[in-house]
Amino acid sequence: MTAELVFFWIFAITLVASAVAVITARNPVHSVLFLILAFVQAAGLFLLLGAEFLALILVVVYVGAVAILFLFVVMMLDVDFVELKQGFVRYLPVGALIALFVGVELGSVALGWTVSSGAAQAASPSGTIANTQALGRVLYTQYAYFFEASGMILLTAMVGAIVLTLHHKVGVKRQDIATQVSRTRETAIEMRKVAPRTGI
Amino acid sequence: MDIALTNFVTLAAILFTIGVAGIILNHKNIIVILMSVELILLAVNINLVAFSSASHDLTGQVFALMILTVAAAEAAIGLAILVAFYRNRGSIAVEDVNSLKG
Repeated sequence: MTAELVFFWIFAITLVASAVAVITARNPVHSVLFLILAFVQAAGLFLLLGAEFLALILVVVYVGAVAILFLFVVMMLDVDFVELKQGFVRYLPVGALIALFVGVELGSVALGWTVSSGAAQAASPSGTIANTQALGRVLYTQYAYFFEASGMILLTAMVGAIVLTLHHKVGVKRQDIATQVSRTRETAIEMRKVAPRTGI
Repeated sequence: MDIALTNFVTLAAILFTIGVAGIILNHKNIIVILMSVELILLAVNINLVAFSSASHDLTGQVFALMILTVAAAEAAIGLAILVAFYRNRGSIAVEDVNSLKG
């Protein structure tokens, strides 16, 4: 049993255990924390597979951004999570049955596949250059359009998220630069004749 | 690489199944449903990277990168919808989402 195999089993067992904890935890904050643990384990598996760039991206993007986003939303919304947990036991047989079907189907595929003899051989760079460099060479040349499309997807998501969550409260005084700049002397200053020894 | 490809594929299948079960078991709590979807996408990513590594072809890793992008966008939009819904209705129970009478 080599060191790689030992690490594979450590990562795999922790990954499955934390995934089970994600869906069974009573407190959604614990769910999010177990999700972070699952992502870190998956990053370890990616490292074992030689995909260092994706492993680090998984840690940076998922653990650093998406999971923290989940954490913020869970903590921000004041929701009675105990009430939402009801029905867990009632749906356990149905859930287990559907999971069994899906698992058997996926398992039969996972254990019974073979590589087609007509499968195209890999044309990607390999060997001495690092994974990140090789990925960059493929991503920015052969898959440049996919890369730009993913940028568009992120832009759309950003605009959508801002539009959905931004709302203006009435009665809040904000700085309106256009109004400030368009003020003239005529609108800003008013000349009054004030008689002596009286107020305005 | 010493580890058989079947190990990774089986692990991804188990993870996918856990994600599907999570959607059904937590059918009231949309936050956990979103997290289950993330688990499912992670399983798909493990498959893609495992096959990419086994066949020495970087295409799988490029597609895993695309899936990461789409998953991040999906999480952001989903949580934004969730926040907007909570602000309007004061609840995030999936059963209350019936305004469209679908």
